[in-house]
Amino acid sequence: MWVVDPRRTTSARFADVWLGLDVGTDIALANGVAREIIDAGLVDDEFVEHATEGFDAFAAHVEPWTLERTAEVTGVPVEAIRDLAHGYATAPTAQLMWTLGITEHHTAVDNVLSLCNLALLTGHVGRWGSGLVPLRGQNNVQGGGDMGALPNKLPGFQDVADDEIRARFEAAWGHTIPARPGWHLTEMFEAMERDELKAVWVIGENPADSEADINHARAMLGRLDHLVVQDVLMTRTAQMADVVLPAALGWAETDGTVTSSERRVQRTRAAVRPPGQARKEIDIIADLADRMGADWGRPSAEELWDELRSLSPMHGGMSWERLESEGGIQWPCPDEDHPGTPFLHGRLWERPVGGRRAPFSCVDDRPPVDGLTEEFPLRLTTGRALDSFNTGVQTGQYNSPIRSGEAIDLSAADADSLGITHGERVMVSSRRGSIEMTVAVDPDLPVGLAFTTFHFPEQADVNQLTCDAWDPKSGTSEFKAAAIRVQKLSAQVHA
Amino acid sequence: MNGTPVGTPRPLVGITLDGKAVKVPEGSTILDACRREGVDTPTLCWAENLTPVNVCRVCVVEVEGSRVLVPSCSRPVEEGMVVGTDTERVRTSRRMVFELLASSVRMDRSDADVLDWMDHYGARPERMGARDEIATVAQPVKVQDDLYVRDYERCILCYKCVEACGDDAQHTYAIATAGRGFDAHISTEFDVTLPDSACVYCGNCIGVCPTGALVFKTEHDMREEGTWDESAQEVTTTVCGFCGVGCNLELHTQDDRIVKVTSPADHSVTHGHLCIKGRFGWQHAQS
Repeated sequence: MWVVDPRRTTSARFADVWLGLDVGTDIALANGVAREIIDAGLVDDEFVEHATEGFDAFAAHVEPWTLERTAEVTGVPVEAIRDLAHGYATAPTAQLMWTLGITEHHTAVDNVLSLCNLALLTGHVGRWGSGLVPLRGQNNVQGGGDMGALPNKLPGFQDVADDEIRARFEAAWGHTIPARPGWHLTEMFEAMERDELKAVWVIGENPADSEADINHARAMLGRLDHLVVQDVLMTRTAQMADVVLPAALGWAETDGTVTSSERRVQRTRAAVRPPGQARKEIDIIADLADRMGADWGRPSAEELWDELRSLSPMHGGMSWERLESEGGIQWPCPDEDHPGTPFLHGRLWERPVGGRRAPFSCVDDRPPVDGLTEEFPLRLTTGRALDSFNTGVQTGQYNSPIRSGEAIDLSAADADSLGITHGERVMVSSRRGSIEMTVAVDPDLPVGLAFTTFHFPEQADVNQLTCDAWDPKSGTSEFKAAAIRVQKLSAQVHA
Repeated sequence: MNGTPVGTPRPLVGITLDGKAVKVPEGSTILDACRREGVDTPTLCWAENLTPVNVCRVCVVEVEGSRVLVPSCSRPVEEGMVVGTDTERVRTSRRMVFELLASSVRMDRSDADVLDWMDHYGARPERMGARDEIATVAQPVKVQDDLYVRDYERCILCYKCVEACGDDAQHTYAIATAGRGFDAHISTEFDVTLPDSACVYCGNCIGVCPTGALVFKTEHDMREEGTWDESAQEVTTTVCGFCGVGCNLELHTQDDRIVKVTSPADHSVTHGHLCIKGRFGWQHAQS
């Protein structure tokens, strides 16, 4: 196990090798690893020939990424890069797993493509035990996309711009569906700024705490004509709302399904009654449909699921009974005799290759948007702690004995040079905002890097600092790379 | 290329189990064979999601040709093996183990099947002497936080918590056994408090504890108040509301409130093991 992370995380401690790369140099590292795999003759030539396209151009593209240059750009020693390249290429099976350290950058999609290149070079894809594994941070973030909660997709990842597909949904729903894709979350905030988006209905999300450059995001939510928030607790976003629709908890108060990281659809079941006026979300939505003049009845979770199965081919074989008796099924599962699909892209090994060949991508690293300067000399990266969850809406409700409150972690050398000690209150500033925080000196943190979670916005409103530059391909903001300065409170007063 | 690979089919081994000829897959343990054949066999230190450590000795059976009783949980079957699970020698041994354990350890909050086995084998721990006259592991209950309590007066040193904390699940190694004889106990490194130890509060130790030595704070408090009532509890299986792993949760509810959370040991996603959020982070369902 190799762990690539700017910080020496708990996972890094478990690993055989930790590669502590500089923030924002993921593509450089992947290109360097690719070049070493090619240079050392470790490419799975047969797979590349059979199932991929664009290898020659890719090989030429990564040719300049010698081990030495890669080491210089990433800060990872030559030996460690070589070790990773050889270990990955020669393993009988190998997986590349990642989470937001790859995707919360303005180069998010390119970061992912640079990893896909490595899987294609080595044939570590589409086989049992090998693959590319984006680990999901929420219990149904996969299911949300599967159900069509994306601006350009209908349920089952079917393209909204496809006339034939749209016609099937229109026939089932008895209504015309706009062919034009909608906005994703980041675009919605831009549309709010242009006054093109005037009313928003937020379901189970707390953007007033979770967005990058939060002062700006709150200002945008504040200028809406109408804000409706449907949630299980009174979040900061709910406090800003004109109307709050109290909702039942998905996992403990509602029957339904969620889909995990591995595309496994599983049943959730109501165990307790929702408190007070909280209601099942299906009922809330159906009631609103009533008010809008559409009669949707009061469908059960199973009835809605069956409707989905009739429209989304990849869910077609997942009957409610099978989900009950088999303890979850992985999509695609097109018919009732299909066992479900433990891994994807097996088609690349079929002879002849099933469908389109997988393309190599020539991508380059681009430094974080929020540049380091004398004024903002430290790199701040945000992340999660084991016992807490995102903006702390749920996990703020239980007392974890391993929680010590929000702090900004600094390396011992940076703390020393700033004359700051462990536990001291400091002012942390970025180009977007300033907040007071408590310092925790982390002896494992590289010089120049600072870290904090954002689980306690009431204690430390960390997203005032983060950068909302976003990847045009994914819409995700660069939470992982803000430029900050840290000042002693006394110095700040004199400044 | 899709589909779950299955292992090579295993050849069957013929054994005699309580006088009956049965065939079981090679590599099975005697306990596996007993479970397949519906032969009720007591266990304390064994769990389907842990590696057998052979310490409790209540699962022992008689094997023809073997000088001593053998632990069924870890002994693989062999062709022609003749196994007796209900002989006088086995019954006596099982009863004695329960009696010795229960004479020094409080076992009254053990899993229901443990209490049933003690009853079935006629265990009378009081034979060893009155509790106030003999050595016991009596000690104050450790309540250090809101999540779980450690009531080591109820600990039989079955090692399950150590295994679940270590190689078999969490790989955290926060606890191990320390001391000898009656001083033997489960300890963190240098006996530091749990938050100062390597503990990550996954609670997988609670999930495997058979005697109620490790329990949710909610369960402990309700038992102390006298409101804990398993006959009034329901168990609902759902999916954890936090990350994308998809761990299954069994929500134990009483009077429309969650009182503890377990996870099914036979589920392919995490085999009964959880993290701190999934096991303990459900208070927002009560607010």
